[in-house]
Amino acid sequence: MKEQLANIRAAALAAFEAAADTAALDGLRVQYLGKKGELTAVLKQMGKLSAEERPVMGQLANEVRAALEEALEVQGKKLEAQALEARLAAEALDVTVPGTPVKLGHRHPMYIALDEIKEIFIGMGFTVLDGPEVEFASYNFDKLNADEGHPSRDWSDTFYFDTDSRVMLRSQTSPMQVRAMETMELPIRIIAPGRVYRKDEVDATHSPMFHQVEGMVIDKNVTMADLKGTLNTVVEQLYGKGTKTRFRPHHFPFTEPSCEMDVQCHKCGGVGCPTCKGDGWIELLGAGMIHPHVLEMSGIDPNEYSGWAFGIGLERTAMRRFKIADLRLIFENDVRFLEQF
Amino acid sequence: MNLSRKWLNEFVEISVSDHDFAEAMTLSGSKVEVTEDLGKEISNVVVGRVVSMERHPNSDHMWVCQVDVAQESPVQIVTGAWNVHVGDLVPVALHKSTLPGGVKIEKGKLRGEVSNGMMCGLSELGLDERDFPYAVVVPAALLNDYKPLDSEKPSIPANIQPGHKIYGPVVCAKLLEVMPLGNGTFHTCADIGEATVCPDTVCSNLHVGDLVAYNTKTDSYCTLADLHAQQAEFPHCIPDGIFIIREDCKPGDDIKPVIGLDDHVVEFEITPNRPDCLSMIGLAREAAVTFHKPLNLHTPVVKGGGEGNLIELLDVETPAADLCPRYTARMVRNVKIAPSPKWMRERLRAMGVRPINNIVDITNYVMLEYGQPMHAFDYRYVKGGKIIVRRAEDGEELTTLDGNVRKLNSSMLVIADEHRAVGLAGIMGGENSEIVADTVDVVFESATFDGTAIRKAALSLGMRTEASAKFEKGLDPMNTLPAVDRACELVELLGAGEVLDGTIDILNYVPQPRVLPLEPDKINALLGTEIAREEMVRILTALDFQIDGDQVTVPSWRGDVIGMADLAEEVARFFGYDNIPCTLMRGQTTLGGYSQEELLERQLGTMCRSMGYDEIITYSFISPTCYDKIRWPQDYWRRDSMKILNPLGEDTSIMRTTTLPSMLEILTRNYNYRNQNVKLYEVGRIYAPGGEGGLAIENKVLSMGAYGSDMDFYVMKGAVEAILKDLRTETVTYCTGSNFPEAASYHPGRFAEVWCGDNCLGWFGQIHPLVAQNYGVDGELYCVELSLNQLANAKGCDPEYVPLPKFPAMTRDIAVVCEEAVTVGALETCIRNSTKGLLKEVSLFDIYRGKGVEEGKKSVAFNLVLRADDRSLTADEADEEVKTILSALSSELGAVLR
Repeated sequence: MKEQLANIRAAALAAFEAAADTAALDGLRVQYLGKKGELTAVLKQMGKLSAEERPVMGQLANEVRAALEEALEVQGKKLEAQALEARLAAEALDVTVPGTPVKLGHRHPMYIALDEIKEIFIGMGFTVLDGPEVEFASYNFDKLNADEGHPSRDWSDTFYFDTDSRVMLRSQTSPMQVRAMETMELPIRIIAPGRVYRKDEVDATHSPMFHQVEGMVIDKNVTMADLKGTLNTVVEQLYGKGTKTRFRPHHFPFTEPSCEMDVQCHKCGGVGCPTCKGDGWIELLGAGMIHPHVLEMSGIDPNEYSGWAFGIGLERTAMRRFKIADLRLIFENDVRFLEQF
Repeated sequence: MNLSRKWLNEFVEISVSDHDFAEAMTLSGSKVEVTEDLGKEISNVVVGRVVSMERHPNSDHMWVCQVDVAQESPVQIVTGAWNVHVGDLVPVALHKSTLPGGVKIEKGKLRGEVSNGMMCGLSELGLDERDFPYAVVVPAALLNDYKPLDSEKPSIPANIQPGHKIYGPVVCAKLLEVMPLGNGTFHTCADIGEATVCPDTVCSNLHVGDLVAYNTKTDSYCTLADLHAQQAEFPHCIPDGIFIIREDCKPGDDIKPVIGLDDHVVEFEITPNRPDCLSMIGLAREAAVTFHKPLNLHTPVVKGGGEGNLIELLDVETPAADLCPRYTARMVRNVKIAPSPKWMRERLRAMGVRPINNIVDITNYVMLEYGQPMHAFDYRYVKGGKIIVRRAEDGEELTTLDGNVRKLNSSMLVIADEHRAVGLAGIMGGENSEIVADTVDVVFESATFDGTAIRKAALSLGMRTEASAKFEKGLDPMNTLPAVDRACELVELLGAGEVLDGTIDILNYVPQPRVLPLEPDKINALLGTEIAREEMVRILTALDFQIDGDQVTVPSWRGDVIGMADLAEEVARFFGYDNIPCTLMRGQTTLGGYSQEELLERQLGTMCRSMGYDEIITYSFISPTCYDKIRWPQDYWRRDSMKILNPLGEDTSIMRTTTLPSMLEILTRNYNYRNQNVKLYEVGRIYAPGGEGGLAIENKVLSMGAYGSDMDFYVMKGAVEAILKDLRTETVTYCTGSNFPEAASYHPGRFAEVWCGDNCLGWFGQIHPLVAQNYGVDGELYCVELSLNQLANAKGCDPEYVPLPKFPAMTRDIAVVCEEAVTVGALETCIRNSTKGLLKEVSLFDIYRGKGVEEGKKSVAFNLVLRADDRSLTADEADEEVKTILSALSSELGAVLR
């Protein structure tokens, strides 16, 4: 019997080892360990043994069973691993095949540029205001020091809705200065982006409708040095630390002193190139200290308060930001253009 | 405004480079647009003297010249021009020289003869006869150049000899001698057969041996015009040739100073508040302060003494006194109209003004120098010796100097004599009083007019001139007198006429210099600087402000300076904007951020983009025909739009009350570009009349539009549902049947209104095929229009956590068959309403028509999710609930289990 057990053990272990897959292994389990299996058959002969032999043989038989079960387990795991490996190999994909497309929409490039500006100013405590585009000439002109007779009031320059030239399409976002001064508590820090309209035929650099961002600060002891410092900070955030700027005297009816702010040409570093038209500088925005009379007209005492304001053209900023050569692309809305941004 | 740097040096000596000049002037407030070296294209061109010339051995029309250019020996130059003579001074473009237009000259051979460069004509130097009137070439008709038009029938026989008659008194002559007299005329002798004649001539193409036509009656050589000949008959006798120089120069001199192209011109952008800088003197003052140099101004001195009494000869009335603050006039008699001298022509040309004649040039010169437009009348056409500055009659006509007949009205100001207008005040003179070649007596007008009146008149007549552009900015009335004196001084300097003593000067205003307090503390407080008072005084004084203690008197030409802020700007400009420190804002902090409305816009935009919609920007104005194109009923009130009275065109003439046409236009454009599967959105503004005080009521609309193979009604509806879900809007219903006029734009069977409770948020659907057709699109377009105001109201509350279910749910699928007319919405509502509380979710998963379902009916399948909150549901409970639902579907809608 001892011999029988040893034979079974050897044969089974060899068979397990040779099993090609889990199904074959299962068959072998039944063959050796099942109810009608070979080991069971041997054990059924135990009754014929003597009382001394029986425990010895029993122990031996249990050892054989344990060995077989362990071998089954080991071989089973091994076969499973092999099977998994084979399956994964079969499932391998060509990873260079493109993924299933997810179509995302695109923000209009001009609003991308606007968002950058808005975020900078919001971070500095500015509120974003919106206002009417159909506006009173008094807000667009009179209360901004552009009296009757100012050339921009001409019908050749500005769109009007009535023969008295009283209601118009705003030609600048500056009337938002007046609206803010008339309605808001002091101190005021606002920006007001929006559409403006001028009677220009459409071409590569003109459009009868375009966008500006107006900005204004009114508080006690506000100085031109603040204007410079704040706008320099904005430009550094927009164009990178260390961007060189310069302020040139200019003229706007509603600011005094007035200035224009240039940034050094990023292309040539100020030497002069086609991008900056040989100037070395690119005109960025107009600004100035709010004219005392403008403050006064909106009910703010210029002896107590002062302020500064700026206006920046959005299209040009976006065009420069994304190197867009023709303004018409902005309003054409060709998806092949829009989806580049 | 152009500025000649050579001329500038007369007032203030500045020798820095153009670049440094431009930068410094720009930073002190006079913005330089561009600088130009007038002679930059000309190099290696010198004055030469023709020392000898011979006919080219291999050409019948060229000359081989030896030209002295102050080198070791004369250079040989071949020319085809016939107006050159030995002794002439000519411009010589030497080997390796450049000329305007990128022309490069190198030595070469012309028909075998070496030519070491080129002699230049005026045009080759970038000049014309206006620059050098004496350089006009008058050619005689050379018979040896004659080419008959018809070789069979020559008008002049080929073998013609001296003395042969050509016609009438005209005979053939052979030149024996040609001697330039140095003033453009030539002494000649010629053989006319039996005699020799010796006429002087201005024809400069004559040389010894030439055959010419000589008129025995007039003792002169015939030009082409005299012979009634065509140019083609005398191909080389052309009114063009080498520029024969009559300036003070010698061989070897650089040509540029000789012809005035050694100047540099700076172009300024002058802001409208500074009309005083539209002049040499104004800019010179700015330059002097910018560069810390003294300004040398000149006070005109007029000798006068012309014959006659000004008061007797001329009377001026200004009935339109309100439009004419000052009118100043002087008179010049016995005028000799001639070209002005070279220095004046050069300065005018450098400043971009064409020289015409001495009197006209003087008026232009003074306008450039003083910024004061001047006008010169021919006195004999000022009838009655009376100048009247009056408003035009309505319908009055005047032919202006440009030859156009102008119809005037009473808002325009004219200069008139007793009978008629002779000029359009401040804009342009009249043709009827123009300075012409035989003008004898001249009136110089130097006046100021109301800027707005001039601007409006110029605008309505469409004739903005150099003068009107200055007047419209409001000129300094104190400037008229020095300007008219300067003009008279120049007349005397040029010997152009005799100036009468006295000046007519009518003042219709009271000169009142503006006096302001000097407040250094306030100026520093505004600028954020610590500029010393002395520095402020230095700057202001240099600008001709007068300081007396704490009082500043503003110069008359600085009408723009009215308060402390203006003085601060003057100080800041010359202190340097770049020297003002940079500080950050101080004071009370403020909270920045977006408005609620903008937050909603941003949320909607983010949502649209996440679904693949690209953002667009469209014009706010549309064409009135757009409402027809989108099939709005003719009487629909929303057609009433804000109308622009002066639009660019009909297509952009009204403010849109709907964004649909804008979206359709952009969809169409992309469709025509063959862009596939397009999805677009815009948060667009619409403008309805009836706002406060005549303004518009401006509202915003979320406008979406799409087409393509991935688009249909339900895809669009899915997008709307997603947006409303993102906004947490509750109780949304989709329905039809409200008969909104806007539905006319949509497919009647594929249009849905979006409601939230009792509020209509908007609608969406497939665009009506007829509307699509109006836009030229034959495919299906889909659009959404949702009101932002309504969306803001329909926005749901912030979410509040609901505990996750503790017990499992059971699902049941049911399919019911019902009439086609029964909507899915009705079935779903019925299911929801009939539950006893276990039903948690219903979702449609199939609609089937066809085999197995009766004709006219459909099978609709739902997935039901059932769950109790307090226990695990049993199968029986779930089945019981489904049974209840099915019986409700059956009894209420006739929908039976399939």
